[in-house]
Amino acid sequence: MSIAATEERGSWGGRQHTAIPGFPLTLGITLCYLTAIILLPLAALFLKSTGLGFGGFARTLLDPRTIAAFRVSFGIALAAALINAVFGLLVAWVLERYRFPGRRLIDGLVDLPFALPTAVAGISLATLYSDNGWIGGLLAPFGIDIAYTPNGILVALVFIGLPFVVRTVQPIIADLEHEAEEAARTLGATRLQIFARIVLPALLPAVLTGMALAFARGVGEYGSVIFIAGNMPGLSEIVPLLIVIKLEQFDYAGASAIGVAMLLLSFLILLAINFTQVWMRRRYGA
Amino acid sequence: MAPEHHPGTGAGRIVLILLAGLFLVAFLLVPLAVVFSEAFAKGGAAYLDALGQPDARAAIGLTLLVAAIAVPLNTVFGLVAAWCIAKFEFPGKSLLTTVIDLPFSVSPVISGMVYVLMFGLQGYFGPFLAAHGIKIVFALPGLILATVFVTFPFVARQLIPLMQQQGTGEEEAAIVLGASGWQVFRRVTLPNIRWGLLYGVLLCNARAMGEFGAVSVVSGHIRGLTDTMPLYIEALYNGYDAVGAFTVASLLAMLALVTLVLKAFLEMNYRDDLTLAAAQVSRH
Repeated sequence: MSIAATEERGSWGGRQHTAIPGFPLTLGITLCYLTAIILLPLAALFLKSTGLGFGGFARTLLDPRTIAAFRVSFGIALAAALINAVFGLLVAWVLERYRFPGRRLIDGLVDLPFALPTAVAGISLATLYSDNGWIGGLLAPFGIDIAYTPNGILVALVFIGLPFVVRTVQPIIADLEHEAEEAARTLGATRLQIFARIVLPALLPAVLTGMALAFARGVGEYGSVIFIAGNMPGLSEIVPLLIVIKLEQFDYAGASAIGVAMLLLSFLILLAINFTQVWMRRRYGA
Repeated sequence: MAPEHHPGTGAGRIVLILLAGLFLVAFLLVPLAVVFSEAFAKGGAAYLDALGQPDARAAIGLTLLVAAIAVPLNTVFGLVAAWCIAKFEFPGKSLLTTVIDLPFSVSPVISGMVYVLMFGLQGYFGPFLAAHGIKIVFALPGLILATVFVTFPFVARQLIPLMQQQGTGEEEAAIVLGASGWQVFRRVTLPNIRWGLLYGVLLCNARAMGEFGAVSVVSGHIRGLTDTMPLYIEALYNGYDAVGAFTVASLLAMLALVTLVLKAFLEMNYRDDLTLAAAQVSRH
C-alpha cells in the first residue's frame, strides 16, 4: 500500500499524473473554510492586541497579576508534564510489556481524560480532593491541602496530560527490540543499567514529545482547572482565567494581548522542545 | 538470578504493575466513580428530579443541537480537506496540514474569544451585525462557531494519514474504467475509509458535546437559552447544587464511556483500517 505513496512523493507536479478529479474544488473549499473558521478569527486576535500600542501591550503583560498568572500556568503545566513523563512511561511500560487480568480495560481507560468533558473532570476532581472528599479527606490530617490551592491545578493538569505521554510512548515500547536488552543481560548488565543505558535512551524522544503535548495542553487548559484551583489572583489564577476575566470586563485589547503572548510563548517552547528532540535523535540515534 | 531470564515474572513486575495501577485508580477510576456517587447521593428520585428540570432539558437539547450542526459540518470539511491533501501533491501542503492542526494547540478560551473579537458588540463586525439585528455572540451561532473551531481537526487528521497510506491506485483504476468523481468517492474511497471516518466522527462528537472553555466565552450564560450541558453543570455547581451538577455530569460521563467503548471496539476489530501506527495524539 505504500508503493503508491512513494511513487507520488517528491514529484511536485504529481497531480498532473493523476486522473483523479476534484483538486481545485477540494482545495478551494478547504482554503475558504480554514480562512473563515480559523485564520481570520486568529488574525482578529493579533489585530486587536495591536490596538494597545507597544506601551499598552507591555503594560498589560508586565502587570504583576499577569506575570503571576503566567508563572502559575507555565510552571504548574511543566511540573505536571514532568510527573506525567514518569508515570506515563511507567503505565505505558506496564501495559505493553506485561500481561495481567484487566489489562485491556485499563488500556482503554487511559483515554478517559480525552473523552471526559473538562467541566465534568473539574467538578469531580474538586469534590474528590477537597478536605471532605475521598482522597482529600485522607490527606487533610497530614496538613496536605490539594483543592483550592496550586496543588489542585497540578492534580487537574496531571489528569488531563496523562494520555499524551502514554499514547506517544506505547508504540515505541512495542517496537523496541528485545535483542539489545537480552544481549546486555547476557553481558552481565543489571536491570537498572539496562533501563538507563538501553531502554531509556530509545524512549526519551517519545517521552519528550508526549511531555511537550501534555505541557501545551496544560498551559491552555481551562475547564478542569478552574473548579479546583481556588482562583486567587497572584497565587492560583491561570492565564486562561485571566483572559476570561478581562473579557468579562470588556477589556478586549488586554485579553487579546495576553492571548497573543500565550500563543507565542507556547509556540516558542514547543519549538525549543522540537529542537532538543532532533538533537537527541542525532545523539542517541533513536 | 533466575527471574532475570523471565522478565515477566520477577518481583519487579508486581511492583511496577501495582504502582501503575494505584496511579491510574487515583487519577482515572476514582474521579469517574465520584461523578456517579455524587449524582445519586440523594437517591434516584433526586436524580430524576434534577434531570426533569426545564433548564436541564433545555441544556441537553442545546448540546444535542450544537453537536448536530458542528459535527456534520466538520465531517464534510474533514472529508474534503483529506481528499485534497491525501490524493494530490502541491506546494504548501505541509503548511496546510499544520493549519488544520492549529486548533489543537490553541487554548479553548482563545478559540472562543476570537469570535467575540469578530462578532461581539465591540468586535470588528459588531456594529454591522447589531444594525441588521443579527446575533452571533451570546447566541446559538456563536456556540456553533466556537464548537466548530475546537473540533475541526478531528475528522481531517484521522483521514489524512489513512488516505495517504491507501494511495490513489484504486481511484485511478475506477476513473479509467469510466466512473465519475462522485461515483469514485462513494463506491471506492468511502468504503475504504469508513471505519477511520467513524472513528474521527466519534471523537469529534465527544469533544463537541463536552466542550467547555470555548463555548463558555461566547455563551453569555443565559440559563435555559444559551447554556449547554457543560455550562449548565458549572452554573449548578457554583450555585451549590452538587446533586444537580453531578446528575447532568453523569450523562456526559456516560457519553465519554460509550465513546471509549466504541473507540476500543473499532481499534480492536479494524486496527488496520484506522492507521494506528502513530498514536492518535502525536502529530508528526
